[in-house]
This record gives sequence, C-alpha cells and structure tokens, in this order.
Amino acid sequence: MSAAAPALVRLPVWRARFVLAGFFAAFAVIAGRSLYLQAMHTDFLQEKGEARYSRVLTVPATRGRILDRNGEALAVSTPVQSVWAIPGDVSASPAQLRRLASLLGADAGELRRKLGDASRDFVYLKRQIAPETAERVAQLGLEGIYQHPEYRRYYPGGEVTAHVVGFTGVDEAGQEGMELAFEASLGGVPGSRRVIKDRRGRVVEDIESIRAAQDGRDLTLSIDGKIQSLAYAALKEAVLAHRATAGALVALDVQTGEVLALANVPSFNPNNRARLSGAQIRNRALTDVFEPGSTLKPFTVALALESDRLSPATRVQIGNGGLRVAQHVIHDPHPESVLTVAQVIQKSSNVGAARIALALGREDMWRLFQRAGFGAPPQLGFPGEAAGRLRPAATWRPIEQATMAYGHGISVSLMQLARAYTMFARDGELVPVTLQKSPLPAPGTRVLSAQTAREMRAMLELAVQPGGTAPRARIMGWRVAGKTGTAHKQENGGYAADRYIASFVGLAPVSAPRIVVAVMIDEPAGGQYYGGVVAAPVFAQVARGALRALGVPYDAPLEPLPLPGAHEEAREST
Amino acid sequence: MAKLNLLLLLVLVVCALGLVTSQHKARKLFSELERAEARARELDVEYGKLQLEASTWGLHARVERVATGTLGMRAPDARRVRVVNLAEGR
Repeated sequence: MSAAAPALVRLPVWRARFVLAGFFAAFAVIAGRSLYLQAMHTDFLQEKGEARYSRVLTVPATRGRILDRNGEALAVSTPVQSVWAIPGDVSASPAQLRRLASLLGADAGELRRKLGDASRDFVYLKRQIAPETAERVAQLGLEGIYQHPEYRRYYPGGEVTAHVVGFTGVDEAGQEGMELAFEASLGGVPGSRRVIKDRRGRVVEDIESIRAAQDGRDLTLSIDGKIQSLAYAALKEAVLAHRATAGALVALDVQTGEVLALANVPSFNPNNRARLSGAQIRNRALTDVFEPGSTLKPFTVALALESDRLSPATRVQIGNGGLRVAQHVIHDPHPESVLTVAQVIQKSSNVGAARIALALGREDMWRLFQRAGFGAPPQLGFPGEAAGRLRPAATWRPIEQATMAYGHGISVSLMQLARAYTMFARDGELVPVTLQKSPLPAPGTRVLSAQTAREMRAMLELAVQPGGTAPRARIMGWRVAGKTGTAHKQENGGYAADRYIASFVGLAPVSAPRIVVAVMIDEPAGGQYYGGVVAAPVFAQVARGALRALGVPYDAPLEPLPLPGAHEEAREST
Repeated sequence: MAKLNLLLLLVLVVCALGLVTSQHKARKLFSELERAEARARELDVEYGKLQLEASTWGLHARVERVATGTLGMRAPDARRVRVVNLAEGR
C-alpha cells in the first residue's frame, strides 16, 4: 500500500477566475464612484465643504456727502448701531431690563411688551443709537439682544439748507430735495466678501473679495453757505416782522446760472423730523406758483421796446378814470395823467402796462412769456418743480391780455421769475439754472436784443431810486435795479381783498450784473403789504451780503442812503 | 525609470509646497488689504464726523453770533473798505 500522495484537490479553474473578477469588479466600482465624485460632482461637493466654514459677508457702502460750493458739509452719513432682539431667546432680570431701557431711552413697560411676544423672531428695540451708547448696551452682555451697524444722515446746516438738501428716510434712501433727486449717484452699492469663520462665528480668515463696495459719490451743490445762511436769516426776520404766513427767496449767479441761495420760511430741522407739517417741508420757491403781479411788467415793456414802436421816453396816456377794457376798469392810484414808458416801470402803473400790452399782438406776448421760461418747469432736476400756468394765446380775451401785462391771469414759481430776470441781467440772454456747482459761464438763449436789455436795466434802476416803488432796495456801494410786485391773492376763483403776495426781483450791480435775487413774502399781515416795503429790504440785505461774499467791485459812490421820505416812495397799484 | 519617477516626485513635492506658500501669502496679503481698507473706512468715517463737527461749529449763524456778541465785531461800512484790483496793479 503505497502512501497515497496527498490528493491534489483540483479546484475548478473558474473559482479563481471568479474571485479575480470579483476583485476587478470591486475596483471598477470604486474607480467609477471616485470618478463620479471627483469629476462630475466636484463643484457641488466643494461648495458643500466650504459652506461648513466659509461665509459671504456684505460690505456696507457709505452714502455720498452733500457739500456746498465751498466744500462745507450739508449732509453727512455717520455709522450708528441699531439694537434688535429675538424675544424667545432673551432671558434678563427685571433689573437688567430697566437698565437696558434707561440706556436706550425707552419706556421699561414698552420694552417688556416688545420682548414679551415670543412668537416673533425679530424685533427692533431701538434704531440708530450713538456708537458710545451701543458700546454700553453691549457691555450688559444680555442674551438674545444683538446690534447691527447702520448709517444715519446728519444735516449740520439744519433748517437753513433743509429745503434744498432734503432728507433721507431711516433706511437712508432719499425722500425729499436733492437727496431724492440724486439718489442714484449718492447711494452706494454694498459689496460682498467671502471669509472663513470658526465655530463661534469669528472671522478667522479672509478668502476673497467678491465685489468691492462702491461708496456713493459726493454731490457738490451750487449753494453758497454764507449767502444761503444770510438769505434764510433775512427772510425769516421779514416773515416774522410782517407776520406773514410764508416767504421764499432765490439768488442766482447771472453768469453761470447757479443757484447761490434758495431759502424758504417756514422751515424745519431735518435732524429731528417728528411732527412735521406739509407747510414746513414745501419748497415754495420751486413747487408753488403764484400770480406775480407787477414783477411781470418789465417783460411786456421789453417786448414793446423790441418792436421799435416805443422808446423809454415815449409818453403813455394814463387818464384819471382808469382804463376801460370791455366791462372791466383798470385803476391806478397815481395822480399823473401822462407817464413815460420808463415811469410806467418806475411807478409801476397798471394802466400804463395794460395800454402798452393792448398795442402788442397776443401771440407775441405769449411767445415772449414762453421763451422767458414761464409755463414750463425750470429743469433743475429737483422733485416737484412747478411749471406754472401760461394759457395758449388763442384763448386770451383782451382784458386778460391787459391784466397779464401786470402779472395777473398767469402763474409762475419764484425760481421761474428769478431765472426770467437773468435776461435783463445778461444783455438779453436767458441762462439755464442749475443746483450743482458749475463755475464756468453757461451759454444762454437769446430772448431780447442787448440794447433792449440795457434800456430795461436803466428803467429798473429808476424803480429803486427815490420816486420809484422800491427805494428801500438800494444798497451803499453798488447800483441795483429791480421791480416790485404786490398782488392780491387768489381765493375761490376771485381775488381776496385783503390778502397779498409782496415780491421783489432785482439784479446787481447794474454796470455788470452778477446776481439776480427774487424775494416773495406770502400774506404779510403787519399792516404793510407793498413789495417795496416788505420784500425790497430783504433783497437789499441779501444782495449786499452776496456781493461782498463774491468780491464784486463797487460801482456806485460810497454815500449813505437815507430811508425814503413819505413822498419819495411811489405806491404800487395792486 | 525609477530615477525619473523619483525626480518627478521631487518636482511634485516642490510644486505642492510652492502652491501652499503662495496661497498662504495671497491670503496674508488679502487680509492685510482688508485691514487697510477697514482702516481707510474708519478714517473716512472719522473724517465725516470731524467735517460734521467743523460744520456745526462753523455755522454761519453761530460765527455771526460770536463775532457780534462775544467779540464785539461788526461788518465794515462800505466806505471803509478799499477794493484792490489785482489785474490793474500788475
């Protein structure tokens, strides 16, 4: 019996192959899976991985400043903190809450009520508090109470520049004035950046800036802080002294068309806007229209001079009984029965102006008014600019043509009126007005010939001399020229007997005009209501300060100007 | 063959280290940039605050009040002002 050799168990070959194939298959699965993850899903996975630690933060952008023409700040944004809470997470002792309430300047009960509503996820406790106060709030270390930075707009000019600059809402979006008009360029675009944060939310590392924050651009206005402040003070004083309901003033640079001052009374403090009324916010100089009265006479007379039918020395019959047009009679309080054209302006005769107008074509008159900028907004880019009312010439009846000569039946804004006067100041050219600083002389549109404009200036200068309607508009050192207006206010379709709008529009210095100043006082109730008494002194005060601030050389002898005597002041027809 | 592989491995390691360093440098520079930008913002905010303060102190109404009230100053009479014309003087 031979020892049997260990029996070779012959395994079937297929088993080894099967195992091998099994291994290959497993490899193939792993390779496939890794290919799938690495090549096809890589972005998604990387994103998921990064999401564990990287965060995108927004970078706040600051709103642009608003500056006056000399670079003084009129509106600046500074960072403040807003305190908010998640009511459900707040656990504070009553003593802590009282302390918090006193820091925030809020009522403790009110605070408890806000925090008591656990169903809300987010509640503002106080918005926009000073950074120092915010620091003290943070030191209380209360749970569930957080802060986030915001910007708040401050207006150092306060009520003086309130109407021009306007204001923003709590979210820093412009709501009024230039803040609204230039919202697109003032407002910044917040940026974003990616950072790595640790478990506690602290920024460990900056990775990249996705989009840089774009700060808003600064806006430089044409307003001159000095003239503006003077204008506001003078206007406010006049409104108070004459117990008027309101007043407005516009000062223009004749060469550049820049608005040097734009003041309104009553005004408001843009830094504290609780209890604001619409009357305070309204920018009357731009958004309100009124019947200008006699300040419109120079336009009619200028048109007559252009037609060469008249010269300043031509005599006009005034008569004693007034002028009858259809069933209406136009009256004048002047004793003279004949006036020259220059005297019609100087003494502001309604009959004279009406007679001159009736000799003109109504189409021509309409065209002049239209080219002077009446009936269309002055295009300052300011929200709510009024266009005024200038009816088509075809609808004018003769009486309307006559009354329009002295500024009734047509309505304009103070800005339009001031701008229209630049054509007398610029030898016949009307200048486009702007509220942005643009110190280069602006090209104008020719409306009158240079000779007519000069003749008108001479007549307007007569109006401020003794014997004219506004000797109180004179200032020592500079020759001024201008025209008064005293108009009955419109009321229920007619004219109120005892409510007036007193106005004065003037230019200075006459030899080489630099500024036009228009003043309007609404409903003076202090006994005086003539434009020459109520509005002209405001013009004088503002023009004096503005000419000095602008460094305009004197063009008149330096002699004191006594207040006009009783017979040296012509009374205006209303 | 093995030598080439070793060499390639070495090159790979060097490249990897280079990548790590440059990434680190980039992040450092970026954070420096961020810090500088934050500082710039801070300074800008402070500038705004100072400008606000300057404007408040320099309010024309206030200057006027201090000048006439506390300092007893007044605007000169036009007769006491001499105008110097620069263009003619040259």
